[in-house]
Order: sequence, then C-alpha cells, then structure tokens
Amino acid sequence: MLVQRSLAPRWMLPLALALCGGLAHADQPSVPDTLQQRIAACTSCHGVHGEGSPGSGFFPRLAGKPAGYLALQLQNFQRGLRKYAPMEYTVRQLSPAYMHEIAEYFAAQQVPYERKPVPDLAASVLQRGEQLVTSGDPELKVPPCQACHGKALTGTEPSVPGLVGLPYDYISSQLGSWRTGTRASAAPDCMAEIANRLAPADITAVAAWLASHDVPPDTHPQPAGSITPPLHCGVLEGQGGGT
Amino acid sequence: MRHLRLLWIPAVIVVMALAARWWWMHRQQAMSAATEDPAIASMLKDPGVIAKGRYLAIAGDCVSCHTAQGGQPYAGGRLLPTPFGNIPAPNITPDAETGLGDWRFEDFWRALHTGIGRHDELLYPAFSYTSFTKVSREDAIAIFAYLQSLPPVHHLGRPLGLSFPYNIRSALTAWRAVYFKPGVYQTDPKQSASWNRGAYLVLGLGHCNECHAARGTWGGIVTQAPLSGGEIPTQEWYAPDLSTQANGGLQGWSAQDIVDVLKTGQSSKGVALGPMADVVASSTQYLRDDDLQAIADYLKSLPARPQLVAQPSALNSKSVADHGGDIYAQRCADCHGKDGEGVPGVYPPLDGNATVVEPTGINATRAVLLGGFAPVTAGNPRPYSMPPYAQQLSDADVAAVVTYIRQAWSNHAAPVLERDVIKYRHTPID
Repeated sequence: MLVQRSLAPRWMLPLALALCGGLAHADQPSVPDTLQQRIAACTSCHGVHGEGSPGSGFFPRLAGKPAGYLALQLQNFQRGLRKYAPMEYTVRQLSPAYMHEIAEYFAAQQVPYERKPVPDLAASVLQRGEQLVTSGDPELKVPPCQACHGKALTGTEPSVPGLVGLPYDYISSQLGSWRTGTRASAAPDCMAEIANRLAPADITAVAAWLASHDVPPDTHPQPAGSITPPLHCGVLEGQGGGT
Repeated sequence: MRHLRLLWIPAVIVVMALAARWWWMHRQQAMSAATEDPAIASMLKDPGVIAKGRYLAIAGDCVSCHTAQGGQPYAGGRLLPTPFGNIPAPNITPDAETGLGDWRFEDFWRALHTGIGRHDELLYPAFSYTSFTKVSREDAIAIFAYLQSLPPVHHLGRPLGLSFPYNIRSALTAWRAVYFKPGVYQTDPKQSASWNRGAYLVLGLGHCNECHAARGTWGGIVTQAPLSGGEIPTQEWYAPDLSTQANGGLQGWSAQDIVDVLKTGQSSKGVALGPMADVVASSTQYLRDDDLQAIADYLKSLPARPQLVAQPSALNSKSVADHGGDIYAQRCADCHGKDGEGVPGVYPPLDGNATVVEPTGINATRAVLLGGFAPVTAGNPRPYSMPPYAQQLSDADVAAVVTYIRQAWSNHAAPVLERDVIKYRHTPID
C-alpha cells in the first residue's frame, strides 16, 4: 500500500500537469488568425464587411469600393491630407503593404446596401440634385458626377469611388471638408475644385439625391480607362483635360 | 508730458544695443562660415562613418520630430506642442538656405552638446540637448556625417509658436542653470560594457528621460528620479516608470520582454501604444540585438521604487467599478480575457499592465477611446487591433470600465473620473 501510494503521484503528476495545461489553454479566448479579426479597429465602425455603420449616417460603406481608392484614402489620412482624428490615429503606423491588404479586403466584400436616413426635402431640391449628378451645371463649371463616378455611380477602377448607397451625412460632410481643406487629394485636386464651385444649397441637394437614389443591381465599378475626366485630377494621373 | 519727451533716451539706447547685437551676430556668422577642419572633413565623407551615423540617427529617433506629417524625412516642420506654445522642429537636411547645409561639425556639436545654436542663440529644450549632451563626440561626428549625406530638401520651417515671455530666448539662461548640466556620458567602471552601452543609449541618444521622467513647473526634468515615469505635457500620455523592480512600472518584466517590446512593439507584458508606438516603429525596431539587450540590462538595474501610498479617495468607486465590470464582460473580455490575462502575442494582458495602472489613468482611458493597432514592425507586420470606443461608449461608461480594469485582479490604481474622460476625448492626437 505504501509503495502504491507513493508511486501514484509520481507518474500522475506530469499527466495532471499536462491536463491542467490543456485546460488553461482551452480556457483562453481562441483568436482566429484572420485579417477580419486583426482589423477590429476598422470593422467596429465600418462593419465587419465594410457595410457602413448600421443606423448611423456617418461612417461610410467601404465594401466594393475600388481597392486603389481605399488604399489611397488610408495613405491620405496618414499624410494629413484627410483630417479626421480617429482615422489619422488608427492608420498612423500602418505599412503600405498592410494598408493594401486591408483595402483589398474591403474592396472584395459584396454585401447588400442598406438605405440610410435622408432629411425630408422639397422635390425641387432633389431635382436640383439629380441635375447636378446627371448633367452638372455649365454655368458654375460643375461637371456631372457621372462623368467620373460612372454612369451607374458605382465608381471607376482603380481610384474613383462609387457614390451609391452612401449616407447623406457622409456625402455632405465630405463635400464640406473639401471646401475647408480638411479633405484633400493629390494635386491638382479636382474634387476640391468642384466642391468650391458648388453653392452651399447644392451640397444638400446632391447629397440628398445620391443618398435616396436606388442602388443598381450591379454595383461593380466601371473598368479602368472607361472615363475621360472633365478636369485635371491628380488621382487620375493627368487623364483629364478640361477646366 | 515733459517726462514723456525724455523717452528718446532709452529708445536710442535700445536701438544702439540692437544694432550692436546685429553687428555681433553677423560677425559670428562670417566666422562660422569658415571651412571644416580637414581631419573631420575626411571623416564626414567616409561611408563607414555615414553608415554608423545612420544607425545612430535611428537610435536617437531624430526623424520622429524633424519630419512633418506627410513631409520629407528630416526636412522639419513638425510642431512640438509644449505647455508654453508650439515649437517647430527645424529642417536638418543639408539644404544651404533652410537646413544645415552651411553648418560645420563644430556648429552641430555645440547645438547637440551645449544647446546653443549657430547664431549663439540659446535653443529651446524641446530639442532634447539635456540628454544629447551625453552623446560622444565621435558619435556626433557620425550623425552629422549621415545628416550631411542626405539629399538636401528646401523647406523653411514654421515660425516659433511661443508668445511672451517664453519667446525671449535669454530667459533660458536661468532655465539652463537649474535644469541643464552639459557633459558626455561617463563610463561606470563598476558596471559591464553592456550596462554602460545601455545607459548611454537610454540616458543619452535615446533620450528616454525626456518622456519617462517627471517635469517641474518650468518644464525641466526632475533629475532626482530618472526614468521613474512622467506625464507628457499637452500630448496627454503617461510615459510609465521603467524600473522592473518592486513597485516599478515594469515590475516583473524580464530582459526578453523589454527586448521584445522594443523590437516588435509587443511583449508578453504589454504593447507599445501612443507616442511609444511611434518610437518603436521609427527607431527601436531597427536596433541591433546587442543594443536592445544592453538597454534591457540597464533598465533591469534601475532601483526598486518606494511603495506608493494610496490616496484616500472621497469617491466610493465600488458601484462605478461594478458597472465597469459589466461593460468589461460585454466588450473587452473576449480579447483581453475575463481575468485580464490577454492572449500571448495577440492581445496584451491588462492585469499588472504598466499602462493600465500608471498613476494618472490617462493611458488606459485614451486606449479605450482610441483603440488602434499595435505598431507595425518587421517582427509583427500585420498587428491585431482594438476598436475605438469613443464612438460607442459614453464618458461615464469609459470612466467605469477604466476604473474597473484599474482595480480588478491584482491592480490597485486610483479610479478615473468622468471629467477626465471628457478631457481626453478632446485631446488632439498629435
């Protein structure tokens, strides 16, 4: 009996330890080694699939936007061309390779669009919005949005974002930011040019029409090279020729 | 009215004094435009010296201050916020007009070692000459050689953002008398070569004390307690105590933990965040292993700290912490573990984490508000990240959850108040 009693713990100890080790391990939260898990800082506002924030009108949809556009935006936040403190802080140390990987992730997401709240506006305002989107305003030298953002407003590869399905608050605040210089892109900055040519009421009109416009069945961006930009645009590497 | 007429006398004296000063400065400038000492001139061209200088410039993290957001490296322009106003970091590329193109090594040495500029002006200690004075002359030559080898960038810095009386440089004479003692690092023969190298990097070139020590009323470092932790004024982060001994901020850290966090941005004890993430990303991740080991050897030798006496708080934080515990279970426990143990190599532990229990609560509060990624390094190229909760939690909820993690498990730090959260929610990020 004595022998047995003293022997048992001897060989049982390693086994017990191994079991405890296993249990301790199982007790620890298991973390998936996926990009989706790694970028919780992005998805908590923009949604796990980049669908934008549910309910809120501010955090934009990232899903399906051209990867080149998304990567450039991250870089612009890093360089301070786009000003939004939480984004600047989040991306400040990311490497170009990691930013590209994150951009590719969101560009590849295909999720349904969700209608975001739009303020109740007069029909004439929406009409003005539609006019700006589809034919522009020659008097203000404002080209139609469709000229670059695509016939179906789903964007153009590689760097023009789609405008469909974006919240009203987001579109109007971006146009405002271009006027105040807190959003900028590579010079010559054609969007800054256009935003400054618009009257303040036009911003409301165009944002409201875009936000209430139905999303087309095919939301893929137009192929690269399918547009002739009416203005000189740094991001389009001098493809444009107009004024 | 008669006595007013007599004002021309002091006015003339002032004009004469200004003229004399102008003449004197020009004379000095003409003198310093003299050619470089031939022995130094040949070192400045030596590729080996330049390569060494590049490494040392990285160890000193010069690029971090001397580069504006989105700007050319070393071309200056970043505004360093201080409680006295913003101080722009100058262009240190060898551009003749806007950078160091006309500088001789002696000018550089005088700035680095004594904090005096090329025109005899006293430099503001936002330029950390209080630490850089410990850098050896040989290393300074190498750094200067590297800076002179950079492509010159024509970029004029922004004007000094200080207002009266801080814009009067001569006032620095008094400041220097109190806070500045020039002198190259002296080897301690009782310690190992590695320890001495570590002390040289930490106290000198790496200028760790500039953040990791408390500052007095006039912004000088309190020298009695080096590396014992300090609040970074206006940037609103707390640089923790670096002692690994009893009651130190890094209590329980091994030498390997120190090497890991400096090299990869994370260790089993914690992750670099805020300004330290920048330091890791642009400086320490590139240091050689023997230098990182040297830094660890030195930090491990810092003495134990006296036990902090807990401030009796009028606030009963029990109910706040209970509410915080609920938030923790919902939002934090999935990653940081229900006992704050973290996940090795992925999510930092919160139990016993220096950044959680530092005296002010700034770091934990801002980490909850800002979230973010661990620094991207060669050792951790695709870091995991934490959601920013500024958009999801109210000030009261942030205060509650931070108070909870500061008092849960083995942590015994002071509660954080809602008004603190309001303040840090609006702190600019740079």
